[in-house]
Amino acid sequence: MLEMRGITKRFPGVVANDDVSFDLRAGEVHTLLGENGAGKSTLMKILFGLYQPDAGEILLQGRPVTITSPTDAIEHRIGMVHQHFMLVPTLTVAENVALGLPSMRRPFTDLDTVSQRMVEISDQYGLTVDPSIEVWKLSVGERQRVEIIKALYREAELLVLDEPTAVLTPQEVDDLFVILRQMTEAGRGLVFISHKLREVLDLSDRITVLRNGVVTGTTVPAEASLERLAEMMVGREVSLAPDKPPVATGRPRLVLEHVTVIGDRDTVAVDGVDLEVRAGEIVGIAGVSGNGQRELAETIAGLRPAEPGSSVQIDRADVTTADAATTRAAGLAYVPEERMKDGAIGEFDVGENLLLVNHRDPSFLRGGLFDFERIRLHCQRLVDAFSVKTPTLQTPTSSLSGGNIQKLILARELDSDPTVLLAAQPTRGVDIGAAEYIHGQLIERRSEGVAVLLISEDLDEILALADRIAVMYEGRIVQLVDRADATREGLGLAMAGAADRSPG
Amino acid sequence: MSDFFTLSVLVATFASGVRLATPYLLAGLGETVGQRSGVLNLGVDGVMLLSAFGAYWTSLETGSLLLGVGAGLLVGLVMGVVYGIITVIFQAEQGISGIGIYLFGLGFSDLLFEEMVGTPTPIKSLPKYSIPGLSRLPILGEALFEHNLMTYAAFLLVPLVALLLMKTTFGMNVRAVGENPEAADSLGVSVGLTRFAAIMVGNGMAGLAGAALTLGLGIFQPNLTQGLGFIAVALVYFGAWRARGVMLGALLYGIVAAVVLQLKARELIPLEASDLAAMAPAVLTIVALVVVAGRIEAPAALTNPFSRH
Repeated sequence: MLEMRGITKRFPGVVANDDVSFDLRAGEVHTLLGENGAGKSTLMKILFGLYQPDAGEILLQGRPVTITSPTDAIEHRIGMVHQHFMLVPTLTVAENVALGLPSMRRPFTDLDTVSQRMVEISDQYGLTVDPSIEVWKLSVGERQRVEIIKALYREAELLVLDEPTAVLTPQEVDDLFVILRQMTEAGRGLVFISHKLREVLDLSDRITVLRNGVVTGTTVPAEASLERLAEMMVGREVSLAPDKPPVATGRPRLVLEHVTVIGDRDTVAVDGVDLEVRAGEIVGIAGVSGNGQRELAETIAGLRPAEPGSSVQIDRADVTTADAATTRAAGLAYVPEERMKDGAIGEFDVGENLLLVNHRDPSFLRGGLFDFERIRLHCQRLVDAFSVKTPTLQTPTSSLSGGNIQKLILARELDSDPTVLLAAQPTRGVDIGAAEYIHGQLIERRSEGVAVLLISEDLDEILALADRIAVMYEGRIVQLVDRADATREGLGLAMAGAADRSPG
Repeated sequence: MSDFFTLSVLVATFASGVRLATPYLLAGLGETVGQRSGVLNLGVDGVMLLSAFGAYWTSLETGSLLLGVGAGLLVGLVMGVVYGIITVIFQAEQGISGIGIYLFGLGFSDLLFEEMVGTPTPIKSLPKYSIPGLSRLPILGEALFEHNLMTYAAFLLVPLVALLLMKTTFGMNVRAVGENPEAADSLGVSVGLTRFAAIMVGNGMAGLAGAALTLGLGIFQPNLTQGLGFIAVALVYFGAWRARGVMLGALLYGIVAAVVLQLKARELIPLEASDLAAMAPAVLTIVALVVVAGRIEAPAALTNPFSRH
């Protein structure tokens, strides 16, 4: 039903798509697999009319078409579920569905008719959502359903799903896949964009892999394996399961007792969390984001006050009410979830960001002013040691890739020889190579006796690295298990709130 | 103090509060539509000054109040085109552009007045129009139903603006582009056109507000508004971007102003304190804003220019 031939798209300094060809048949799921920046999203934005290709053509049902706007795409029965939902939170579900469509009751909206047709579509695919509710009140999974309904309402025959599983619990992913299969059975064609190899093998009929804007191959699940796909993505062999040497755990280095934290919306975000992380172990906190992980991390790091009765100890020092500097001095290294917001300053250059924590250290000063030669040597050493790929130390940090920014932050944080490492979503949005490196670093620190608390939404990452796994749901730890006793299914259920509330 | 708290004085004060609220309400309602689309216009006061002069001069020359109102509206719309070109097409920073519009309006209306009129010449002011029947109601009659047509129009616009925003396709588009323009764009809603149209509505109503002010007083002088347009912008925040909230804010402001005027007229406020008392409405607005602030969120895309990526 769709053919994209020889698509080339250049942005200043990069070729995002280089002579890319891609096709889709009715009734199949064709996956576009690739790392961040490989050109998957660019290709689909071209299909949806958000970008214009510099070369190449698009054929629908064998006929060449030009798509210059989303409206064109919609008219050609192309629908897109964007990675960052394209929903207006203050509008109701029905209003979001009706947006951009002509109304039968001009100049007024006709939400009754919209709701009615919406419910018909919902019933057909089991996509239940209340049309009259405002979108901001919905869960992430429900919002995604609204996005799919929006596309179906516009009678999309071809649906592009850009990383649709990134924000879902494993159970929600299963539900989504059931819906997607129903859609292909009804003759629709689906383009599935992902970098989660397991899901790709599970859902796809065909898989096309992109790397650096070029197609590196098309395959089918029967002939592919996780390792083979990863290799096609990265261009070399990668180890998906890092080697973890056995380490004897020591005394508890991070101790949380009844930690309760109020979130930004004045509601209880973290609700009486008790947790110990011992020297030489990695404790993973699994959970769908928004269940208090961010607030917990900020509280440990001294960036958010805990409620009275809470206690946070690092190496026996009470840091419950300590500020960030004191907490760091007590031995904490912190890799925050939002690397460009809390982890690094984009406008600062690489060297400045590497110095951020140490800039008051007298050893970098001479006569009260910065000793730039000493600083340069220090930063160069870190850049080399952590293989941060940057042209110079003066390069603005924002121009580095996500993976390299994350390595930079890690370099800065680990340089202080911490006793506790708190890493929140350390590999989110970074390429496989950098993720591999970061995982290696976490394991190495564990061997050195650091207590590592790893917060991640990526269950595979947790399962690969953690010695013990805690599942957070609605601010509480609803499950705490040894890695050996953990199953993907059990954790998934706990993440969805179905676990026994008593931890253990 | 005792002769202030007589029924007739209280009713008269309330009535004058309603009258004083009119330009705030018109300008505030218009600004609400603009801000809902994600465009802040700090230049409301300048637009009001220009349209007030336009309305005054037209009435002075033609003797027609109706033509005066039309001129005010027209000037507002012309300024809407200007502001739309600046903020939607050239995507300029809205706060700074708005201040530019204000300063332009302040200076240019002054210049036009000096060149074309010179000395303040009174014109016929908008006549009161008693609504048959309703105006004879005790208390309410005088307070609510003996006003000029611009005041009636302003209050009639409250439900109409609410209807426009909440029940029409245009209003839905306005709310969508003010909250998440990328989403609206991805569904084929033109963010630029929608915002431009919302700016036209906002500026048109600011134009009417200027006309209502000058024609209500029957006079024009340089800087006639004395910052009224800025208060109107503040009232949009106070009213949480809702027509009814803006109306409550405008009424509160108008009534406090009327009370201060009344007390001054009766020399119940010592002369030395009268300047302080004149600040009362503004202080009240700030206090109210602080109380309201943070409870209701502004349109998420307010002041953010939109372009694809």
